[in-house]
Parts: sequence; C-alpha cells; structure tokens
Amino acid sequence: MSDLFRVENLSKSFGGLAVSRNISLSMPEGERLALIGPNGAGKTTFVNLVTGQLRPSAGRVLLNGGDVTQLGAVRRVRKGLVRTFQVTRLFSDLTPEEHVTLTVLQREGKATRILSRFRGNTHVADEVHGILGTLGLHEVARRKVGQIAYGQQRLLEIAIALALKPKVLLLDEPAAGVPSADTPRIEQALERLPPSLAVLMIEHDMDLVFRFARRVVVLAAGEVIFEGGPSEVAADPKVREAYLGNYAHARSVA
Amino acid sequence: MHIMAQAGTVSAMPDAKSHLWRDAAGIALISACGAAGYWLFPDNLALLTRIVAVALLVLSIDLVVGYCGVATLGQAALFGAGAYAAGIACVNGVTEPMTLIAIGAIAGAAAGLLMGGVMLRAHGLAQLVLSIAIVQLFHEAANKASAYTGGSDGLAGLMVSPLFGLFEFDLWGRTAYLMGLVLLLLVFIALKFVVASPFGMLCRGIKQDPVRIRAMGAFVFPVLLKMFVISGAVAGTGGALAAVSTQVVGLDSVSFELSANALVMLVLGGLGTLYGALIGTVIFMGFEHVVSAFNPFHWMTMVGALLIAVVLAAPGGLTSLVGKVAASRQGKP
Repeated sequence: MSDLFRVENLSKSFGGLAVSRNISLSMPEGERLALIGPNGAGKTTFVNLVTGQLRPSAGRVLLNGGDVTQLGAVRRVRKGLVRTFQVTRLFSDLTPEEHVTLTVLQREGKATRILSRFRGNTHVADEVHGILGTLGLHEVARRKVGQIAYGQQRLLEIAIALALKPKVLLLDEPAAGVPSADTPRIEQALERLPPSLAVLMIEHDMDLVFRFARRVVVLAAGEVIFEGGPSEVAADPKVREAYLGNYAHARSVA
Repeated sequence: MHIMAQAGTVSAMPDAKSHLWRDAAGIALISACGAAGYWLFPDNLALLTRIVAVALLVLSIDLVVGYCGVATLGQAALFGAGAYAAGIACVNGVTEPMTLIAIGAIAGAAAGLLMGGVMLRAHGLAQLVLSIAIVQLFHEAANKASAYTGGSDGLAGLMVSPLFGLFEFDLWGRTAYLMGLVLLLLVFIALKFVVASPFGMLCRGIKQDPVRIRAMGAFVFPVLLKMFVISGAVAGTGGALAAVSTQVVGLDSVSFELSANALVMLVLGGLGTLYGALIGTVIFMGFEHVVSAFNPFHWMTMVGALLIAVVLAAPGGLTSLVGKVAASRQGKP
C-alpha cells in the first residue's frame, strides 16, 4: 500500500544557510506522528515547505501518490493538506461561528458568492455547529474571537482545519501558549480527531507528545536525527546530544 | 470564564435580527435626510447632487479600503472613467439618462478591472504609489485625447433627455437631485447585500490576514479583483451622475486631488461600515461649503483643523463614536 503522504529529500536554504536538509518521511492513513526538536531545528520551516508557504530548494512532496511540490498553498489545501498555525491566525472581529462557516462555504465552493446570504444555508449551519460542538466551542460560537480565551482560539484553529475535511493535518504546536489548566481540552480535541486522518504534530510538551504520538521524528539543525517509537526516543544518544548541546550552547551565550 | 461564555450566548441571540433592523432604520434615515435636504435647501440642489455623486465615489473607496484593506489614492480614475464614458456617449447621441448612468457604471467596472489588475500585483506602499500613478495616467489620457474628451476644456453642454421621457432636467436641479438620491439609495442597499454575502465575509478575512484565508483554501487575488470591479461600477455610477447632472465633464473628475479628498472623507466618516462613507462625505462637503462662504481665504485651514480634531478625538471616524455611545449605554457585562 502506498503512503497517503510522503516527503522525499526535502531541502531548503536561504542563501548559504541550509534550514532543511534532505528530510524524508511518510505517513499512512490514520498516522499520529510527532515532530520534535530543539528551538531553531526547522520544524515550522518544514511545515511551511510542505504546505506551500515556502518553495523548497530540492525534494518532493507527494499526496496520495501525486506530486504536489509545484502547487501553491491554496491548491494543496484543496487537495486535503491542511495546517494550523503556531501563533493563532484568526480574525479578531469575527466569531468562531463565522470563521467555520466561511471555511465550510469555501470547501463547498460557495465562499465567493455575492448573491446569497452568509447565514442562508441550513445544512452549512448544521455542519458548523457540529464541528464547534465537538471542540466544545458552542458556548462562545457567537462571541468575537478577540474576546475568547486563548485556549479556545487554539481549538478554533483546529475547528477551521477540520472544516476543510483534510486528509493530512499538520498541527504546529497546538498547545503553545495555552495555560496548563486548559491543556486537557486541547488533548481531548486531539484524541477526537477522525481516526483515518493522518496527523503530524509539532509540540514541545513531551507529556502531550508521548500520549498522542505512535511515532516520533526528531529534527535538529534541519536534519532528521531520529525516527521511531515514543518509548525509544528519550534513550537515543543522538537525541540527547541534540537537546543537551542546544542547552549548553544557550547557556554559554547567556 | 464560564460566566462570560454564558453572557455571550445570551447577547448573541438577537444579533442577526437587530442587524436587519439597524439597516432598515439606517436606510430610512438616509432617505429622510435626503428628502429633508430637498425641502430645506431648494437653492442648493446642485451642491446636494454633487454630494450624492461624491458619496458614491467614497462608498466605492470604502469597498476596497474598508472591506479589503487595499489602500488607494487613485479612485477618481474610476469616477472619471464613468463621467467621461457618459459624457462621450451623450455627445454621440445617447441622451437617455438611465442609459448614460449604466454606461458610466460599465466603464467604471472596466476601469476597475484594469486598475485592480495592476494594483493588486503590488502590496503596501508600492500599491499606494501605483494607485497614484494610475490616476495620473488616466488624467493625462483624458487631457491628451482632446478629440474625444475636450482636453483641458472638458466636455460641456451635454444635452440629456428627460428622465423616463417625463421629467426634464430643470434649472433648479430637482430632477437631477431626486434621481441621484434614488440611485444612491439603490446602490447603498445593493452594497449592504454585497458586504453581507459570503463574498463580503471573505473580503473582511482577506483584509485581516490573507495568509489565513489561503490556508482556508481560498484564493485572494480573484476575490479582490472582483471587489475592484464592483467598486469601479459604483464609482463610475457616481461619475456618470455628476456628468448627467452638471452637463459638464472636466479633468477635475479624474484628478489625484479628488481621489485624496474622497479618501479623507472616508477616514472622517469611518471605514468599513458604508454609513461612514455617507456621513464623511456630507460633513466634509457641507463644512467646506459653509466655511468657504464664511471665510474664503482661510477655509482650507479650518477644514484641516476639523480633520485633525476628528482624527484625534475619534480615530475610527465619526461612525465609531456612535458605536462607543451605544456601548457605554449598554454597559460592559
């Protein structure tokens, strides 16, 4: 069986600085993969390369066996390759309901219509409330996003992604900046993701990584240095060196 | 947090209905103000018609600036395109006023397509500079193509037939004003539907964060271009109204100065509400008219002082004051 999603020898350099080197990985349907690594390892760059925000210098991205490397960000989303953002990118004066409605309308090809009402479609409204309900956002569905808690904003990022009915979902630090009291809600949302969805998650919270992931990939200085089960990762000498080396370096700078 | 969330669901219920009522009341208020102008200032109907025409221009700027976040100082290119298209058509024997307005709208839309196609290739400051360059090019084109446009003399003495074959364009400008007012109301209502559509919501999203919109799987460029075409049609309607009502088309209708003034009017009234465009136009042009009669030497100074006062006291424009008053009356939960 061919993999749902595959990255082959992906590289990116800015001038002489290589930020991603020969990254290869693949994910079957239903995968739960965590991408970890010290700060500056190139994790977000990797997501940007995969989703088309950045053009790779070399390498290929394949979705369902088809090469999407030449496609722009929008077309990749339409093929089912969807991401969330490390720092939430939401519209502060719109409500969660409006965000998800706009996303569903877009997926159905109705978002550019002028001669229809934004809230005119009952089956869209039902779907929107279904998604918001699964993520526990129905209480704040009609509050402006600028006025809801940050943890809820992070959940809305996931809601928007799910509204696109993705095949592959890239979560860029879904729990970043969330108060620890609200982390269980994020974790619950991650547990409830559709089983067939292939999920790649970047995360610093190791507890969350170990509970969520079936496979872990470690990135350091733009390279994959480890790939394996969550139980093996802490024992791997190369991984320890990457993290410790990073801390030692940080200390010497300070 | 729980209490706040509950307050949200309670206040959210009447949301959609109160919007509808607010818009109905707003449109009634605009009609009432328009009618009041007709009865109160029967000797100034030419000025009032000019205000209506410029209000259409300012509305068209609100569409691209207020709803899409594209800054422009060249919108008069679209207004002028409408004015000259109607003027040239009129000189060449098309004299039915509603046809002339339609010609103006189409010419404005075509110019909007062109202008958007060029401007949307750039971003930020470069985009603003492009808008100025485009209006200057339109100005030069109108100046040089004197065989069609009359050059610096403009097109004068346009002979427009009676409206619907019944209402002559009289010396006092009654027909022109009432026609303009009805036109403005129709355009305003149509635009309220446009900004309340999925397309309008998409534009608001693009204004805040185009990267997010792309990550939702929506293209940005065609949406903005579409809004430029709509905006052009509205500005062109304004230009054609100016041509039909004054029976003159001059180079000032396609000037940078008009573009800049119109943007100032929008900022004065407030962006992204459509109401702000109307309020800003009326206040700016009304103030200009009164002050220039009162003191012909220093009136621009006073207009400047008014602008500084409003921008400092209400950075969101005059319409934002209404929102603030409403919010303080409700009290924060």
